Amino acid sequence: MSEFSEGGDPGGAHAALLSGIQRDFPTARGQSRFGDGELQVAAPDIARVLTYLRDEPDLRFAQLVDLCAVDYPERPSRFEVVYHLLSVVHNRRVRVKVVVPEDTPVPSVVEVFPAAGWYEREVWDLFGIAFDGHPDLRRILTDYGFQGHPLRRDFPLSGKVEVRYDDGLKRVVYEPVHLPQAFREFDFESPWEGAPPAAPEDPEHD
Amino acid sequence: MTDVQIQNLTLNFGPQHPAAHGVLRLVLEMDGEVVERADPHIGLLHRGTEKLIEHKTYVQAIPYFDRLDYVSPMAQEHAFVLAAERLLELDIPPRAQYLRVLFDEITRVLNHALQIGAQALDLGAHTPFLWLFEEREKLMGFYEAASGARLHAAYYRVGGVHRDLPPGLTDEILAWADGFETILADVEELLSENRIFRQRTVDIGVVTAKDALAWGFTGPMIRGSGIAWDLRRAQPYEVYADLDFKVPVGTNGDCFDRYLLRLEEMRQSVGLIRQCIARLPAGPVLAGNPRIRPPTRGDMKHSMEALIAHFKLFTEGVRVPEGEVYAAVEAPKGEFGVYLVADGGSRPYRCHIRAPGFAHLQGLDAMVRGHQLADVVACIASLDIVFGEVDR
Repeated sequence: MSEFSEGGDPGGAHAALLSGIQRDFPTARGQSRFGDGELQVAAPDIARVLTYLRDEPDLRFAQLVDLCAVDYPERPSRFEVVYHLLSVVHNRRVRVKVVVPEDTPVPSVVEVFPAAGWYEREVWDLFGIAFDGHPDLRRILTDYGFQGHPLRRDFPLSGKVEVRYDDGLKRVVYEPVHLPQAFREFDFESPWEGAPPAAPEDPEHD
Repeated sequence: MTDVQIQNLTLNFGPQHPAAHGVLRLVLEMDGEVVERADPHIGLLHRGTEKLIEHKTYVQAIPYFDRLDYVSPMAQEHAFVLAAERLLELDIPPRAQYLRVLFDEITRVLNHALQIGAQALDLGAHTPFLWLFEEREKLMGFYEAASGARLHAAYYRVGGVHRDLPPGLTDEILAWADGFETILADVEELLSENRIFRQRTVDIGVVTAKDALAWGFTGPMIRGSGIAWDLRRAQPYEVYADLDFKVPVGTNGDCFDRYLLRLEEMRQSVGLIRQCIARLPAGPVLAGNPRIRPPTRGDMKHSMEALIAHFKLFTEGVRVPEGEVYAAVEAPKGEFGVYLVADGGSRPYRCHIRAPGFAHLQGLDAMVRGHQLADVVACIASLDIVFGEVDR
């Protein structure tokens, strides 16, 4: 079950990696596009898959370069958690993905890569995806006492509260956002996509 | 006699401390003068860049990258335009590639000049800071000549760069390069054999190669620990494969090695700048694809279609085909990556920014345990932290 676009997988290295993974994790899927190799694994397997990728002598993906999430609110499993690994020894990269519904924790990979600690805190903070087994899952980027998860697609761009310094109270106060003009999002129709099909002609006005 | 209860002191460092390099709030658990645990509180400069980019067209997103690590703006624009170009499968004209490398290397000198100057300043040496800032001033003049802005350049475009260099700029850059090596030699003379500077940096903040990998360190932080990993060499982008440069590597992984390494990287950058100018080919600086390239002023005066195309390019923007890529460049601080998810529209669906400083600051706790409070300052300086990119 793999899909490799033309030229996306030079030397078939990613296909070989995928078949190695599928020996131990039969549910793993993979593809390769734009030169980036990608794996999709089941959420409970993630820590073991990353350990395998890190320790396998042919792979040695010893560095967790990046960990982030993407929100697709219309999908049944809303979030994708994306791990980017780098092998300094073999000069390779791989992207590993886990798909999870809302309110489902993902096993933490802090034990495998200590670097995951802050990245998982960031994903928790901005998307509200909890990580099972994380030693210190606090918010990291948002304000102390912040409510909500701002990088979710349904979180408004303007936020929900604004702050100002109140000279009478001698402290910063939080208030609901007040916009004198509502936020406007323009969606332009592209002239290159062609005009929409014309409405059927009305015989009475001919 | 009753037992004396000894309690660790919790010390709040920053967020307004000059040696915190921005808005770092560090909660330190101290046993006397020795650090037992460092808990950086970040996010005081969080501006929601990733969220904002989701609501902007690809061109409008570029200036946000200048405002991440505001010490090395163009290197970050580079990562974003590389990601978009890979999705659009664009070919970049050679002149634009050389211009990008030229400004990437100017950016590297800008960044390392600040880092070395600020590190010396944190450790009590004022002079290198002043000397290097004068050089930064000249380099920002080159930024301004090319892009119109000294700091937030917004010079790179998807498909090339915004416009060609003004006449005579390359000669000015070459003249600067000749003088800069003397400045570097002067700085080295002041610092490298300086007893105080060495006492404050040698064997301070040692990062082993194993730790550097585990904590996701990149750039000078991993090279200082003896791993010769440089994306310009390992995964070359633009024309780096054709250029001649060396990748300096440290041996001890301490703050002093990283200082020497950055000094040498500046020398290599000056060499790269000279090579780029010597080889700079003639030709366009933006890909010819009319979907990317705005029509010229002259065309717009005479052609209605050109006027419409211009209007749509700057209102609707470019439609980028569906897909996702991770593009990374060797920014002065380390691997700066952009994970771009496109849904076929004219705005990025998701743009995650992988900032090197985020991973580096996370490793601070492991680095400073057992060190004295004053060494924390040396370590923060050596990590080369800028909060624009850490907090995003």
